[in-house]
Amino acid sequence: MNINKNIAISESGFLFNPSTGDSFSTNPIGKEIITLIKEEQTLQQIVNQIHLKYAVDQDTFEKDLADFLYILKINHILKEDE
Amino acid sequence: MEKLSYERPIINKLNTGLMNKFGTRVDNTPVTHIDGVPVKKLIADFGSPCFVISERTIRETYRNAVRAFSTRYPKVQFAWSYKTNYLNAVCNVFHSEGSWAEVVSYFEYEKAMGNGVPGDKIIFNGPDKTARDLKIAVQNNSLIHIDHFDELYLLAEILKEESQKARVAIRVNMDTGVYPMWDRFGFNYENGTAWSAINKIMANSQMEMTGIHCHIGTYMMSTSSYAVATSKLCDLLKNIQQVHNVTLEYIDLGGGFATANTLRGSYLQGADVIPTIDDYAEVITSTILNYGFRPEQLPTLFLETGRALIDDAGYLLGSVIALKRLSDGRRATILDFGINILFTAFWYDHKVSPAQNFTSQSEDMVLYGPLCMNIDVVRENINLPLLNRGDHVVVHRVGAYNMTQWMQFIQMRPKVVMIDMQGMPHLIRNNESLQTITAHERMPDHLAQFNL
Ligand SMILES: Cc1ncc(COP(=O)(O)O)c(C=O)c1O
Repeated sequence: MNINKNIAISESGFLFNPSTGDSFSTNPIGKEIITLIKEEQTLQQIVNQIHLKYAVDQDTFEKDLADFLYILKINHILKEDE
Repeated sequence: MEKLSYERPIINKLNTGLMNKFGTRVDNTPVTHIDGVPVKKLIADFGSPCFVISERTIRETYRNAVRAFSTRYPKVQFAWSYKTNYLNAVCNVFHSEGSWAEVVSYFEYEKAMGNGVPGDKIIFNGPDKTARDLKIAVQNNSLIHIDHFDELYLLAEILKEESQKARVAIRVNMDTGVYPMWDRFGFNYENGTAWSAINKIMANSQMEMTGIHCHIGTYMMSTSSYAVATSKLCDLLKNIQQVHNVTLEYIDLGGGFATANTLRGSYLQGADVIPTIDDYAEVITSTILNYGFRPEQLPTLFLETGRALIDDAGYLLGSVIALKRLSDGRRATILDFGINILFTAFWYDHKVSPAQNFTSQSEDMVLYGPLCMNIDVVRENINLPLLNRGDHVVVHRVGAYNMTQWMQFIQMRPKVVMIDMQGMPHLIRNNESLQTITAHERMPDHLAQFNL
């Protein structure tokens, strides 16, 4: 699992995919997750970190994370491991 | 260390290029209270979903409509269109403001009588009046608006056995320049059928022709159709005066004024494109005033306005059951109410507001109801703040036609609450229960038992 190499992400959460021309905006926690993926953190590590930092129970976050990753995938931002 | 407040991660694709040329106005403000009562408390006390009706809004809307017409014309009388919302408490707000009753079935007629409306202040419309219905309407001196020749002949038959006269009007349909033309109700103006019905009534000494009626359609966006309709009714009035030397008491222009709801699929917001009540009033009253009646012969103007008097006063409160993704990645939000109780979702892109505070993020979504049916869509596409399971929403302008056309399908119908002028909620219709529904069923003996 990794973020497509050529995707640029700005401080404000603006994403641009030069290979498709699509642009996106994400919220601060979305940007944080994308950064963690770029740093090659595992899913479990991401869940742990977010759970420590934010007032959210683990089940809720896991559900939201799965949904978020799905949207990254269908928009060709996230690549599954071969 | 205190944890930060959580917002679920989202990512939205930004669409450049294809912009809606009118711009989209996203009005996302939380609606936490209705007439001063917290939505949370209404849901805690009366359940989710539930309908809420503002007595204050009904009275204000009604008074504004009366003002619009009666400041322009000396003789105006509204008759509450029962089918639009015939909850007794709602009807009685209108009656207490001075509105008569307009009914289109014997069921509605009985409701109006039960509410205490005097028989001579009930307008009886509709194509389905039986001999019994007509007899009672004659005896109560109600205004019978005849829809077709069969009804005219049936009434004539009944009157042979009655000592009393019947007060009658005919419903007229006509070309007002709008398509489709509503020609299935009443007698046609252009082809002379209306005139021949009038002649038949005039020839019957037991029928007293009191007025003339039309209802040219519903959610009419153009005031000019009303100018055409009014002037055609005035033509008939004038001709009756000249040919039969009879001055009718009233003309009845029916209902049809649009509300600020946005028609489904329309780019323009309803509130920006519909005429105001003053626009309708101006066209209708000036057409009559300029027609050339002598002052003492001016007819009373009856109006059977439905949706425009009640839509704004109705709210539907509900809750988020679940969030989903559709196969194409679209967000779907499932609510605990659907087209079973929000019938008007077929016509309107209803405004939906979250009932609690939210973060600055929003997303596009489909709003689905809880029915296991493909047609159960509350909004095809709406941009709303991030909703979570258990959150509450408020649907606006649902006062007209929902609480009469709702169906008991898969789910039971919920409670209806009216908030009075002092901000006090009253239960005005209880929710259905398994008991209320099965009470009407009967089990044949041979099916009562089975072994599984
Ligand atoms: C005879 C008649 N009068 C009044 C109305 C009320 O119409 P609206 O709700 O469009 O004002 C209707 C509705 O169809 C109607 O059929």
